[in-house]
Order: sequence, then C-alpha cells, then structure tokens
Amino acid sequence: MNAAANHLPAGLPAPRPARDGLDTPYYEGLLSGKLLIQRCTACRGWQWGPEWICHRCLSFDLDWAETEAAGRIFSWERVWHPVHPALAQHGPYLVVLVELPQADHVRLVGNLLGDPHQPVPIGGAVEGVFEHRPDGEPPYTLLQWQLTG
Amino acid sequence: MTTSAAGERTLRGRAAIAGVGETNYYKRGAAEDPEFVLALKAILTAAQDAGIDPREIDGFASYSNDRNDPSRLAVATGMARCVVVFRALAQGQFARFGQGPRLPGVSGEPAYTMPYGLMSPAQMFSMRCMRHLHETGVSRDTYKAVSLAAYHHAQNNPRAVMHGQLLSPEAYDEARWIVEPHRLYDCCMENDGAAALIVVPAERARDLPNTPVYLLGATTGSEHRAGAPCHNAPLYATACFTTLAPRLYEMAEVTPGDVDVLQSYENFTGGVVMSIIEHGFCTPEQANEVLTFENLIAPAGRLPLNTSGGNLAECYMHGLELVIEAVRQIRGDSPNPVSGARVSMVTSGPMVTPASNAIFGSEEVL
Ligand SMILES: [Zn+2]
Repeated sequence: MNAAANHLPAGLPAPRPARDGLDTPYYEGLLSGKLLIQRCTACRGWQWGPEWICHRCLSFDLDWAETEAAGRIFSWERVWHPVHPALAQHGPYLVVLVELPQADHVRLVGNLLGDPHQPVPIGGAVEGVFEHRPDGEPPYTLLQWQLTG
Repeated sequence: MTTSAAGERTLRGRAAIAGVGETNYYKRGAAEDPEFVLALKAILTAAQDAGIDPREIDGFASYSNDRNDPSRLAVATGMARCVVVFRALAQGQFARFGQGPRLPGVSGEPAYTMPYGLMSPAQMFSMRCMRHLHETGVSRDTYKAVSLAAYHHAQNNPRAVMHGQLLSPEAYDEARWIVEPHRLYDCCMENDGAAALIVVPAERARDLPNTPVYLLGATTGSEHRAGAPCHNAPLYATACFTTLAPRLYEMAEVTPGDVDVLQSYENFTGGVVMSIIEHGFCTPEQANEVLTFENLIAPAGRLPLNTSGGNLAECYMHGLELVIEAVRQIRGDSPNPVSGARVSMVTSGPMVTPASNAIFGSEEVL
C-alpha cells in the first residue's frame, strides 16, 4: 500500500475528529497508516461508524482494533455533476462503498483510484491506499481504494 | 391515533381532506412573493376550496422536507377541528438543497463521506440505487419509464412547471449523468411555490361542499437500523418501506391490488422503483415487465403513477403536491383522472428515515 497523490483537488471539507472524542482513534490510526475500526470488547463485534453503544449486545465497553485495509466493493457511483466549487473543473470521479468481510462486513466510503471512466465491479477486491494530507489544518489522512489483481 | 372497537390502533376513516390548494408553481427563484406570502395564499386557496372560513383553522402542520406526515396530522385532528397542512418554498430567498457545504472542515458522520466528494442527496441516494440494481437485476429502463410518465402527465396539467415541455425518450437518454445511475431527468426539480390541504374530522367533511376524501391509513417509520451511520444500514438496497408497507395495508384494510392510483415521491427515480416494489405492486423479478411507460400512465395503465407530474415535472413542493394529487384522484378533478378511482396511495421520500406513506379512499370503501 503506497501513499497516494491527492486524488481529489484541495478545497473539499477536511475531516476533523469529533469534539466528543468518539472517533479520535480512527483518525490517529489513519495518520499512522493503520485502519482502526470500533470493536466491542464484550461480544467482539465490529461496527462502523462509531457509536457510544454496541448495537448488537448494548455494551458500552467499546474499543478500537486494527483491521486490514482490504475489502470488496459493495456499491459505487460515478459523480458527473459537481456540487462543490473545488470540483467544478475536475470532471467525473468514482466513489465506492467498500465492505470489510474480515470485520463483520462494515462499510467504508472512499474514492476508487485510477481511471474515473473504468468499469467498476461490485464484489471486486480492493486494497486501501492511505492518502496523507500533511498540509491540512490539522493534518489528516484519507483512506482510498484500488482494485487488486 | 384512535382505538377502534376491536382494540387496534388505527386512523381509518377518522379524518378527511376537505380542501386543497396551491399558488402558481415557479421555477426556482422565480416567485414574486416572499415565502410566507406564498404559504398564506395557498392556505386561503385551500380554505376556499374546502368551503370554510380560514378563521376556523385551529391547527397547523408545516410539512417537512422529504416526509409526508399525515399520521401526525391525524393525531392533531383529535385535538383540533380543522387542520391545515402547508409547505412553502422560495429557494431564491433561502438556501438551496443539493449543494455541497462550503466548510473548511467537517466532523462526525459527514467527515466519513464529504472529503471523498459524497455530499449531495443525489450522491447519497445513488449509492443505494446502484446496489439495488445489482442485487435485483432491475433495469434502468424502469427509471426512464418513471421519468417519462411524470412528464407525460404534466402535459395535461396547466399547474405543472413542465407543462408544454414533453420529454422524449431520446432526450431522456441523451441527458447528462448527474450521478450514475441517475441522469438529469431522474432527479427532482427545485421550485418555488406553496401548497396546502385542509384536514377535518370525517363527520365534518360530510357537511362541506367537496367530496370527502378519507384517510384510510398512514404510517411513519423505518427498518431496523435504517439510520445506521455511513451507509451501514443492514438492509441497504431499500427505500426503507419494507416494514411500513404491510402495516399501512393492514390499517387501511386494502391490498396493493385495490390501489387505483399511486403518487410516489421522486427525489430520484431509483427510489421510486424501490418504493413501488416494497409496497407490493410487483416483485423485483417482475419490475422490468411491469414498470413500463404504458403501465404507468393514466387513465389506462395498470398502475398510474405520479399523475400530476410530481416532483419531476409538476413542482417540487417536497411531495405535498403528491398528496394533493392523491386527493384529487378520489374527487375526480385530477388533470389525469383515473376513472372510478376509489383508493389512492402516496409514498414519501424514499431512502430516508423515517419514511412515511398514506392511503386515501372514497366514501364507498369505508
Ligand atoms: Zn457487543
């Protein structure tokens, strides 16, 4: 997994940890090139996005665990009509919803790297690519995806 | 909500729509009146249609974005004698929908999607629709049929913003993509205007000039964890009606086969197709054969759909125009009447949580 160049242009809203601290481990993980997902200490279930309670067993004893940034495309879309000025001159781009079978099939949103006109196979295997944005205030990292094999 | 003799909680036959009305409908930003004036004018028109003095109105329900909420409304009729439901939009004067936020940073759930360029309703919902097409084998031709039917119906509706602007199959196909799988004419418009309807207890409606249109049922809600964060709803490829639809039919005491005409909220045509399937009008396997232009148009289609033009071609009044059209179908003064319509259904903003739906009927189905 190599670091990616910026896939979408600068100027889109930057992700910032929630003030209540709920998702801070996720962002700290991405900065160091790791994918951390919320995991219940009681029932060992994974969940995403982060919540204060385990939606399976209702335990408050939630932790964060590393999982491989690899999954399958669950759905996708090719965006042609820009709704943000930063994308006005950019042309189409791909957004994918990636499920992680090794983590109870939680789903993450990211961009599919490569040719924006490529055919996108639902079910296709993808690997994560950490896109570091050191110039962000504060710096942040996005998790992007590319097809494998 | 009232309790029937049998003890079940039901709305059936308790309240009726006595009047409907709207202002002129405009392209976005084109209304001459301030938004509040639009609302007042629509309310006065609805009161006049109902044959009541507007001073009789003793309850108000502002109709919210993407939801029709006749259930809340019917609760209100227990406490109020005459409720007006209204919606006014003047999008030149206030913020638009469908635009990405101009913020330097976001946190919480938006932070998991917006930095990746997923930030508008079209982008949010298209992801669900793409999965639905994949899981079911439903064809995008069904989207096209929904869109062409709406534009077809608008040609008989002088109120429609798209009156006089017929959409050809070729123009539909050649229109640009907004977000795959949705092209331009799969997406609702943005408009100015206002609409209102007057709800009264059933016995009061019988004393008023219009044919009473009874509320047979209405439900509001969602599936288990439909609102799970960041596209993690367990039942992802749905319009969120899988649990509501059976409850609606049970309350209304009708089946899908009894429904004469359907108004189904179009934020995007993919959501309409899912709503129709989840309300039992066809299975996913039948959808490609059933959801054709010929079947979706009044008066002779098997399931006349969005017979005023709806959000796509009449006016995007957040679906209140669909409720009004459902009422007009029972009264017989729709621009595209389905002859002898006795049971008329509305489904609200698909793919949102909570979703809602309602069935109206004539006196003879009570
Ligand atoms: Zn648990």
